[in-house]
Amino acid sequence: MTQLWDFSGGIHPAENKYLSTTRPIETPTLPERLVLPLQQHIGAPAEACVSVGERVLKGQPIAKVTGAFGVPVHAPTSGNIEAISMQPVPHPSGMSDWCITLIPDGQEEWAERDPMTDYRSLTREAVLQRIRESGIAGLGGAGFPTDVKLRPPKDRKVNTLILNGAECEPYITADDMAMRERADEIVTGLRIMAWILRPERCIVAIEDNKPEAVAAIRKATEGTQTEVVVIPTKYPSGGEKQLIQILTGMEVPSGGIPADIGVMCQNTGTAIAVSRAVLHGEPLISRITTVTGRALSNPGTFDVLLGTPVEHLLTQAGLESEALRRLILGGPMMGYTLETPSVPVVKTTNCVIAATGQELPTPPPEQPCIRCGMCAEACPMELLPQQLFWHSKAGEHEKAEHLNLFDCIECGICSYVCPSSIPLVQYYRAAKGEIRVQRAEHLKADRARERFEARQARLEREQQEKEDRRKERARAAAEAQARNQAEAEDAGPESPAADNRAAKSALVEQALARKKAKASQPAAPAVSPESKGESKVETTEQAPDIDALEKQLSQATAKLNTMQSMLEDARAENADNVEKLERAVAKNHDRVKRAEKALAEARN
Amino acid sequence: MALAQQTSPHARRARPTSNLMLWVMLATLPGLLAQTIFFGWGNLINVIWCIALALGAEAAMLRLRGRPIAFFLKDNTAALTGLLLGLSLPPLAPWWVSAVAVLAAIILAKQLYGGLGSNPFNPAMVGYALVLISFPVAMTTTWAEPALIWQSAPSLLETLNIIVSGQQSTIDAFTMATPLDQYKHNISAQTSTEVLQHPTFGEGVARGWEWVNAGFLLGGIWLLFMRIITWNIPVSVLGGLAAMSVVFGTNADLYTPLSIHLLAGATMLGAFFIATDPVSAATSHQGKLIYGAGIGVLVYLIRTWGAYPDAVAFAVLLMNFAVPFIDYYTPPRTYGHHKARRGIPGRNQG
Repeated sequence: MTQLWDFSGGIHPAENKYLSTTRPIETPTLPERLVLPLQQHIGAPAEACVSVGERVLKGQPIAKVTGAFGVPVHAPTSGNIEAISMQPVPHPSGMSDWCITLIPDGQEEWAERDPMTDYRSLTREAVLQRIRESGIAGLGGAGFPTDVKLRPPKDRKVNTLILNGAECEPYITADDMAMRERADEIVTGLRIMAWILRPERCIVAIEDNKPEAVAAIRKATEGTQTEVVVIPTKYPSGGEKQLIQILTGMEVPSGGIPADIGVMCQNTGTAIAVSRAVLHGEPLISRITTVTGRALSNPGTFDVLLGTPVEHLLTQAGLESEALRRLILGGPMMGYTLETPSVPVVKTTNCVIAATGQELPTPPPEQPCIRCGMCAEACPMELLPQQLFWHSKAGEHEKAEHLNLFDCIECGICSYVCPSSIPLVQYYRAAKGEIRVQRAEHLKADRARERFEARQARLEREQQEKEDRRKERARAAAEAQARNQAEAEDAGPESPAADNRAAKSALVEQALARKKAKASQPAAPAVSPESKGESKVETTEQAPDIDALEKQLSQATAKLNTMQSMLEDARAENADNVEKLERAVAKNHDRVKRAEKALAEARN
Repeated sequence: MALAQQTSPHARRARPTSNLMLWVMLATLPGLLAQTIFFGWGNLINVIWCIALALGAEAAMLRLRGRPIAFFLKDNTAALTGLLLGLSLPPLAPWWVSAVAVLAAIILAKQLYGGLGSNPFNPAMVGYALVLISFPVAMTTTWAEPALIWQSAPSLLETLNIIVSGQQSTIDAFTMATPLDQYKHNISAQTSTEVLQHPTFGEGVARGWEWVNAGFLLGGIWLLFMRIITWNIPVSVLGGLAAMSVVFGTNADLYTPLSIHLLAGATMLGAFFIATDPVSAATSHQGKLIYGAGIGVLVYLIRTWGAYPDAVAFAVLLMNFAVPFIDYYTPPRTYGHHKARRGIPGRNQG
């Protein structure tokens, strides 16, 4: 029996899950058109690699990514590309983004698939590559590219792999239904991920309000080492941080990732996608989505092709338009409202709620905070929501950050329990947004200042070099003249012409060398220390440069020492900024090395 | 299809402030009932008078401040302040004493600081402390003699007449000092047994008062059960008072015994209904414990060595002063952090 821990706070909202669990998962009819946003998750948007009018096959990639942080998009069915244009996409702001519109031809003609039935004989890298090429991003909600997540930092070992089947948000039943009906695929996906990560423990965590799912997963994991852990129903136990605390008693360090404490969480839907991608060669083209709410006569759980417009799903679920007041993508605690039902289902769409006015009534007007502290009682992150609210409202961002504003997971519990009906989460979101904007501006200003300073330094250096060259010329000319005079006096009248020629050719040579040096100079970037050293070595005498480099080295060493002592202090105090300091030390270490190298080169 | 655009969370299940305040008011009923039965009609008349005046003062101030009147009156906080004053003032206090207390509470302590949620001090206790200092005679001599209303207590009309006329001579027949006052002043000359023979004490504890305190305790436990208040403040107030009493006063011939500390005066009303006022109390769990314990300790100190027999108002106000300080140094440790971040935000906080 696995030991369970509790997390502080949490609530028990009305679940309303029974609405959509009465029938098995259904497949909706093929919509008239599928709209596939190029960006469906966190990360870089994909680039369309098909052209308008082209016929594509089911599972064929239609948008690719070049950067590491992003996943491709595939055609969910065979058909013709109608357009690549700006369309409304599911986003809290109701914005539009680039989308590929596909008109299905109804033939469901698959592109070539390449199953990796015996994946264990392949390299892990090949399987990871397959996961990436299959367009898999976390299907829980945030949509982090799965292959990136499955590559934890080199120095972190994942001991515990958790499959998150908690599904604590009210209304949502996508994971529940998937676990009931596709337990085998889920367990296969988990085993593939376990094979990649080689953890010591594999846990499937399910809230105790899903007995059917627990039974199905128990059956599918029989004979394996996987533990099925039934956890108490409480919102937000499905939050990654809370789930880790429930199962391990450990906390993910602030600003860190679960891998920092040897844990990784994956969603059950992601496991299905991984299993299909590896064993059947099928990319991620559909997902299980709950379509529920009291404005529907026929709510249920659907296996939806990505790109299916929400309105098509609502029609399938029997929308009663006159009853609909609020359309929510996601759960009632963390989801966002849609302005239009024409947005498509994307990889992160786990639930659509068509709510009536009685079901989710408009909140009463905001009253003053009476500091009752119910928000702090219920906050699962143990923040002080009311202090954060005052600071956020007053624009005292520094104080809000000091009270760990950025640790807020925006679960919505504080607003849920607030007797004064204050939309607390909204204040935090706004404050976070403002702080991010300020940081970006700060960074921009810093960069501008750096650029300006670099330019000043370059101009000064050029001035100095010009001056040096002038002096050099004057010296050379004076020497030549002196030599001429001396030779003229020595050799008498017979050979002055030859000597003049020699002196002239020496001057010409010098001028050529200078020109060459000048020509080579702009090619080397002026900012990096090595090239600065080299260019100086070429043009001027060596001695002053070595001095400068030595100075540079001693400065860098001094800085490194200070940073190291700061780091030791921070470590001794267990302060929160240890990581930052570690990075700073590493950076300074590099700097010292570079300076040493440059100095060595200059001396040779 | 008019789709509502709202921010998450879309589901809410909060008891609105008005509702919470109403429950608190209802929870005082057992105590009020005990007061009425044991000390006559005085407190009941006070309560009605204070609530009416509090609502009137609140409405007038909201109007002057240009705020929506109905919106704020409906939150029941002004009515609660009136109610608490009506419960804590002496039953036979003249009408103008309670009026001064209520007006000070609503106008000075609440609305001039910005209304609901902005007052640093407990409004009811500001009003109480003000009249206690301003009208010491009326505040210490108008406590009713414990007498059941169906026996020798003044009738409703008599009580009303005493309160409206405010004539000391008429009320002498019905009034006496509180048990805490009796004990404190008599113990210097008498033994505890002799002190306890005074009619105000009855069977060893304060006669009538123990029932009033039991009534407020009952209401308080109900509020805890309803999760309208948390246990931290009442437990630490009573704990602080009890601890002080045990440390200093086990000898009943020198100091007021614990039973009288707990069951006489405003102890239970203070611990469950006054110190728990969220607006002026500390916030975090740890902070609430410090705040409550501070009140308990101060109540003991003022009762024992101070000039006033009961001390809840002063103790609460003094700890209200300390709240920003307590809050500053008692934040909870946030998930994923090694330690709580205290004090002033500085640089290098990573």
